[in-house]
Amino acid sequence: MSDRKDGENGSFEARLTAARAKQGMDPKPVDMSKGISGNSALSVGLRVGTEMVSALAVGAGLGYALDRWLRTSPLLLSLFVLMGGAAGVANVWRVLTVKKPKAE
Amino acid sequence: MAAEPSIDALGQFKLETSLGALGASVNFTQSNLMMLIAGGLILALLVIGMRPKAIVPGRLQALAEIAYDGIHSMCIEQIGEEGKRYFPFVFTLFFFVMFGNLLGLLPFSFTYTSHIAVTFGLALIVIVVATVVALRIHGLHFFTYFFPEGAPKALAPIIIPVEIISYLSRPVSLSIRLCANMVAGHVMFEVFASFIVMMAASTMLGQFGVVAAVGPMVLNIVLMGFELLVAFLQAYVFAILTCIYLHDAVHLH
Repeated sequence: MSDRKDGENGSFEARLTAARAKQGMDPKPVDMSKGISGNSALSVGLRVGTEMVSALAVGAGLGYALDRWLRTSPLLLSLFVLMGGAAGVANVWRVLTVKKPKAE
Repeated sequence: MAAEPSIDALGQFKLETSLGALGASVNFTQSNLMMLIAGGLILALLVIGMRPKAIVPGRLQALAEIAYDGIHSMCIEQIGEEGKRYFPFVFTLFFFVMFGNLLGLLPFSFTYTSHIAVTFGLALIVIVVATVVALRIHGLHFFTYFFPEGAPKALAPIIIPVEIISYLSRPVSLSIRLCANMVAGHVMFEVFASFIVMMAASTMLGQFGVVAAVGPMVLNIVLMGFELLVAFLQAYVFAILTCIYLHDAVHLH
C-alpha cells in the first residue's frame, strides 16, 4: 500500500518502473563489457600470449617466404623475426590500452 | 601379454564421413553435419522462440530476445552507431561459434571449432570483411592505418612493416585462440576419462582401483562446468574481437 502513496507523486511510468523492478520483471541489462568478458586475468593472459606468438609466427613466416622468393636467405628471415617480435609487443600494447578511450 | 592400454587423446578430432554412402560419396564429414545441426538450432531458437510474439516473453522467447539484445548492444558499444550495420554478421559468427563449442560437449558429437581449418576460415572472413569495410569507407586513406599520425618520418621503415605484421597476425591469433582452447579442453576430457577406465581395470591396483577411479571422474565433472564457461567465453571473445576490428575499420585510429 505504501507503494501507491509514493507513486502518486510520480508519473505513471515511474510507478510502473518501480513496480516492475520490485517484482524483478526487468532483467538487468546484460552488461557484456564487464565481468566474465575479456577482463578476467586468465583470459587476458591467454589473449596476450596468443597475440605475441602469432605476430612472431607471422613475421617469421613472412620473412621465410620473402627469402625463398628473393633468394636472400637468411637476411630477411632474421629481420622479420625481429619485426614480428616488435609487432607482438605492439599487439599486446594495443590489447591492454584499447579500453582507455572509451572510459574517458 | 595384451598391449598396454594407451590414451588416444587426438583420435576424437579425426574426420569421418557421415550420412552413410551418400555422405561418403561427397566427403560429407561429421564436422559438416554438426555445422548444419548448429545452423538449424540457431534458426529454430529464433523462429520458434519468437513465434508467440508475447509482450511478456516465455522462456524460449526471453532467450531469443536476450541473445538478440546482447549482441546488438555489443555491436553498438564497441563499434558505435554504425555498428548496427554489422550486427547480422557478428550475430551469425557468435552463435555459429558458440553452438559449435556447446554441441561439441555432448557425447558422441564433434566439435567443429576444434579444427584450425574451420576457425582460420572464420577469422579470414572477419579480416577480409573488416579490410573491405575500411577500404570502402576510407578508400586509400585506409593505408595511413599502418603509419600513425605524428610518428617521426625517420621511423617509417620500422613502423610500417611492424604495423603490417601486426595487422596480418590478427586472423592467426583469432583462430589459434579458439582452436587451441577447444582442443585443450577435449584432450583433457579424453585423458581423464581414460584414467577412469585404466584405474578401474588395473590389475596392480585391484579393488582399490575402482575407488581411485572416482578421482578422475570428479575432475571430469568439474572440467565439464569449466568447459561450458570456456565455450561461451571463446565465442564471446571471437565476437568482441570481430567488433574491435570492425571498429578499427570504421574509425581507423
